[in-house]
Amino acid sequence: MISRRRFFQVGATGALTVLGARELFAEPQVNPNGGAGVLVDLMRCIGCRACENACRVRAGFGSLPTAAIGYGAGDGKLSFQSRTFVDFRNGGTKPKQPVKRQCMHCLEPACVSVCPVAALEKTAAGPVVYHENICIGCRYCLLACPFSVPKYEWDNALMPRVAKCDFCADRQAKGQSPACVAACPTGTLKFGKRSDLLQEAKARLDSQPDRYTSIYGEDIVGGTSWIYLSDTTPEELGFPSGLPKEPLPALTWKAISKLPFVVIGVGLILSAIVRWRTRDGTEQP
Amino acid sequence: MNEFNWILALFRIVGVFAMMSGAVFVCWLLSGRQSPKHMSGVFGWSLLIVLWGLGGYAFTSRYALGLGAVTNLSDQFPWGIWKALVVCGIAFAAGGFLTACMVYIFRIRTFYPILRPVVLAAYLGYMLSASGALLVDLGRYHQIWRPIFYWQHHSVLFEVSWCVMLYTGVLSVEFAPIVLDRFGWKRISHFVHAITVPFVICGVILSTLHQSSLGSLFLIVPNKLLPLWYTPLLPIFFFLSALISGFAMAIFVSALTFWIFHKPLEPRVLTSLAKGMTPLLFIYLFLRIADLTARNAWMYIFRCPLQGFTFTLEMLLLTLPLFVVLRTRWSGRRRWAFAAAIPVILGVNLNRLNVAWIGLLPATGSNYFPSWIEITVVLNLLSFGVVLFGLAARYLPLFEHPDIGGHHAPRAIADVTTIGPMEASGHV
Repeated sequence: MISRRRFFQVGATGALTVLGARELFAEPQVNPNGGAGVLVDLMRCIGCRACENACRVRAGFGSLPTAAIGYGAGDGKLSFQSRTFVDFRNGGTKPKQPVKRQCMHCLEPACVSVCPVAALEKTAAGPVVYHENICIGCRYCLLACPFSVPKYEWDNALMPRVAKCDFCADRQAKGQSPACVAACPTGTLKFGKRSDLLQEAKARLDSQPDRYTSIYGEDIVGGTSWIYLSDTTPEELGFPSGLPKEPLPALTWKAISKLPFVVIGVGLILSAIVRWRTRDGTEQP
Repeated sequence: MNEFNWILALFRIVGVFAMMSGAVFVCWLLSGRQSPKHMSGVFGWSLLIVLWGLGGYAFTSRYALGLGAVTNLSDQFPWGIWKALVVCGIAFAAGGFLTACMVYIFRIRTFYPILRPVVLAAYLGYMLSASGALLVDLGRYHQIWRPIFYWQHHSVLFEVSWCVMLYTGVLSVEFAPIVLDRFGWKRISHFVHAITVPFVICGVILSTLHQSSLGSLFLIVPNKLLPLWYTPLLPIFFFLSALISGFAMAIFVSALTFWIFHKPLEPRVLTSLAKGMTPLLFIYLFLRIADLTARNAWMYIFRCPLQGFTFTLEMLLLTLPLFVVLRTRWSGRRRWAFAAAIPVILGVNLNRLNVAWIGLLPATGSNYFPSWIEITVVLNLLSFGVVLFGLAARYLPLFEHPDIGGHHAPRAIADVTTIGPMEASGHV
């Protein structure tokens, strides 16, 4: 039987848990101006793949094989070795419209929110970075990413790693721009503060309405650090359809944030039932 | 691998040999420490020996070569049938917390006899489907302990891993009396007895959390999971269907074990479980249909033929038992209660497979189907569960009522020792 004292003990523990949990279960904090960003002006892209080459060199996989260089060539997908690539889209207004792909560095990244051990982190500077020494290899980030960016080292039997563009966080820390941006010869890629770049994108869109028609990345899944400016729809550029404007972690958070109420609610109800079922003293709790 | 790798070959031979000898040993134990007498016994022995032999090859390959070489997983489809096994197995094991709740919290005497078998099945379900499957599925299986120290409380997987760890502890406490009774350790037994009820309450809380959280795992993929299954109500549906699956599993496990081991079981036990399952099935199906209608998602049945088929099959399997249970001529018969439990178990498992696998195929543009090694590993893990359950049923007092009231009846350890003397197997 639960004594009165025991009941208060349980109640006090519960109250403290709630107070503690309120801190823990506050909405995730987001850097309001989103840190660094890149503006990708696809109307300036000539598909030279210098960004792809620079990325491979910086990630330590060597430069692109000569045979693979050229407009329209390449693997055509992100992989463990290529954290960025130029996707030559069929359709659209131009034949083989080049679209650079890499991690979008969401302002509220799904991969960061799903990682059970915090191996992925959205830094205040802007990049979403991967701490490979913490990872347990559950691959939830691969599943959760709306743009299917993270890739896995499937053939490593002991310490497989996740690979994704890290926005050259180390170069950014030294005040340099990311390797791909530094390599771009046409000014397609522009590195800066995301809020400034968004303003600039809007200014370009307003001043040249016949050249540009859409901005992608302003508010999709809560906004991304990389912003695309183009003359066609996101679907034609190959971005996934069916994504909400709401940040994806918010979808999960609606469920997780109920946790303290479930704990306390179920706990109290069950304790009450035990007390009621054992009230005549013939059975011990 | 181009050239023949001697180390790998040796590793595989050792693995296969170890698993096959293990199979022979457990078969011998299960047959009451003698060789098989009938054809059915010979068949059972050979089946397990072959399965575990293949398992030895599968496990050694997975650990020697990594996920890429032995599975059909890809960057496009990173979660395969092993993750689905985690989701399915935990739903199956829901009978454990449900029965413990009915016995220790609600004190429904009808269910006292089935507590031990059902809790044991749940315990094995968690050990093998959650821990076992994750130990093969995680890329860095040797760092499975990491969530204990590296916290990330925004992650559903973090919550699930903690709940499963803690709940496995709760199940150990619920399971402990069976072992303690066997060896007659009275003092520890009394201690465990004293803490059982709070632990059961914790167990129900943890189960509520992680059964629903398994659904929340897929809330993050609104653009990847087919709208036939993607809904903000996923956690609620997962919890409800886990409860339903818990009733069905309790019927299935208790009916089967009491029948196999020739123990008497009141028909009322099974029929009351079936009756308990019915209103939940109604609520669940009603909510599913209302939700699909509200989101206008029915058309996807025709848009994706495979998914339309598996969805229809899932719904049919979950509707079928209602006809059985609602016929008054049948509802009092335990045979029909058992018959109602089978489609429910299949339906809930198909639901989990749909959410974790089949429903993700169209949007990811993948045609993932598990490799033979993946399937062999799943079958092996399931067989481990069955074998361990069989061993426990033979050598532990599984068919005694739990002593939860104030009336301490002397526990009959004697009749268990007649089944299997422990001295010979080196346990005493």
